[in-house]
Amino acid sequence: MPLQSLDIIRRSATTTPSPEVRGSYAGTVAKLIDTTKCIGCKACQVACMEWNDLRDEVGTNFGSYQNPADLTDRSWTLMRFSEYENPKGDLEWLIRKDGCMHCADPGCLKACPSPGAIVQYSNGIVDFQEENCIGCGYCVSGCPFDIPRISKRDKKAYKCTLCSDRVAVGMEPACIKACPTGALVFGTKEDMQEHAAERIEDLKSRGFDKAGLYDPPGVGGTHVMYVLHHADQPGLYAGLVADPHISALVRLWKGKAKPLSLAIMALTALAGFFHFVRVGRNEVDERDEEAARASLEGSRKPEMRP
Amino acid sequence: MTDPARRDTVVRYSADVRTNHWLVALCFVLAALSGLALFHPALFWLSNLFGGGPWTRILHPFIGLFMVLVFLALSAKVWDENRIGAADWQWLRQWRDVVNNREERLPEVGRYNAGQKLVFFVLVVCLLALFITGLLMWRSYFTLPVSLVRLASVLHAISALVLICTILVHVYAGFWVKGSVPAMLRGTVTPGWAWKHHRAWFRQITHAANPRARSD
Repeated sequence: MPLQSLDIIRRSATTTPSPEVRGSYAGTVAKLIDTTKCIGCKACQVACMEWNDLRDEVGTNFGSYQNPADLTDRSWTLMRFSEYENPKGDLEWLIRKDGCMHCADPGCLKACPSPGAIVQYSNGIVDFQEENCIGCGYCVSGCPFDIPRISKRDKKAYKCTLCSDRVAVGMEPACIKACPTGALVFGTKEDMQEHAAERIEDLKSRGFDKAGLYDPPGVGGTHVMYVLHHADQPGLYAGLVADPHISALVRLWKGKAKPLSLAIMALTALAGFFHFVRVGRNEVDERDEEAARASLEGSRKPEMRP
Repeated sequence: MTDPARRDTVVRYSADVRTNHWLVALCFVLAALSGLALFHPALFWLSNLFGGGPWTRILHPFIGLFMVLVFLALSAKVWDENRIGAADWQWLRQWRDVVNNREERLPEVGRYNAGQKLVFFVLVVCLLALFITGLLMWRSYFTLPVSLVRLASVLHAISALVLICTILVHVYAGFWVKGSVPAMLRGTVTPGWAWKHHRAWFRQITHAANPRARSD
């Protein structure tokens, strides 16, 4: 770590406590993305590029305002555009700002084998420490939202940092600062939940009776939350996962399998040692050599006869 | 067949088989150490043996691939003599006599006993599984659906566990049956060793037409 931050509540591939005396007594932080206010201007994407000094390759148009086509190692946030025809037959243009959700129970961190390559700060931000990243891509397998991207250039994993560097010094993330409509707001998670509740009430009063907050409990809640007009169908928003959770396979692989496997290996080795202690080696003695010699002579005699 | 240089020994493993075996063994040690480094955080320090985390991640798949290749060569050499027959099942049923060194009660054993054959086939299955799942996990070259990669990761770990435990048993068995390690290092055993542990093989190579006996 370049900066000793003393407020790490979880650290990848580490079983002992991390430096965590500094808590977040004012509460954890959260970014609230109000999809109902988003106009798809991509100012957030530009602000992200600018603050983080990222310049992605210029892609090609694939028939959508969505640009680039997907998240990459150099595009940490992306407006995803979905055209939805509602039951009344009207077109709804659903725009969702995609990026790391900063799960309270991060699958990437659970899967990461490299100590300290992924950390979770007490304020809720999940951050990749690329200097510790070994490029195995296990975080990609661990993530329920398909967020981390391995760079072709340096084989390190990258994703949204929630501007941990800005937040650490009391500033809001760059994307929040750039949003012209107030679709992006940032504050304590509690405040954001309250703000979302007001927004949802307003939306319901205007006919969006399924409006709701996306703060999925399957991953312990997230520090990036959405206000959705159609909270009953998150999949409408470019395939937002309805009930995300860390895959059972990843939980097995990076959970019970680890201590269990080491125990089985240790027991196998111990079984060998105690077999030696109790039974001992299987050795050849002089009687075996004599028997072999006798057999050899017995088998040679018939050969010599003719 | 007796070694012309040392008349009191029997050739058990040719130089080619010995070389091949130790190549596989070397690959196994390197693949297991680098793989364990990536598997359990308590063993991540093993990555230092390979030049750090990124180098471990880079080298592990290539070591694995090379191991599969050299094992293929070895298995071609020993496959025929590892076929499991009726006597092998009898041998396995009497596993209590096996582990308690009561070898005289067991059916006569050919070039390989049922335990060795079992080790061989577990290796075949594990290496095949490790090879396939390893390719699926190899992000430097392959990008596959995440659910497939997750499944591959779990199967890779399970196969590696079975392989490592099997090799632990194999290594101990080599120490346990005295003379086995020198046999694999220098190629020869004493006639008494062959008589005691692999009597059917001993009879086969000493009986009648010696020139026709295979030495590998």
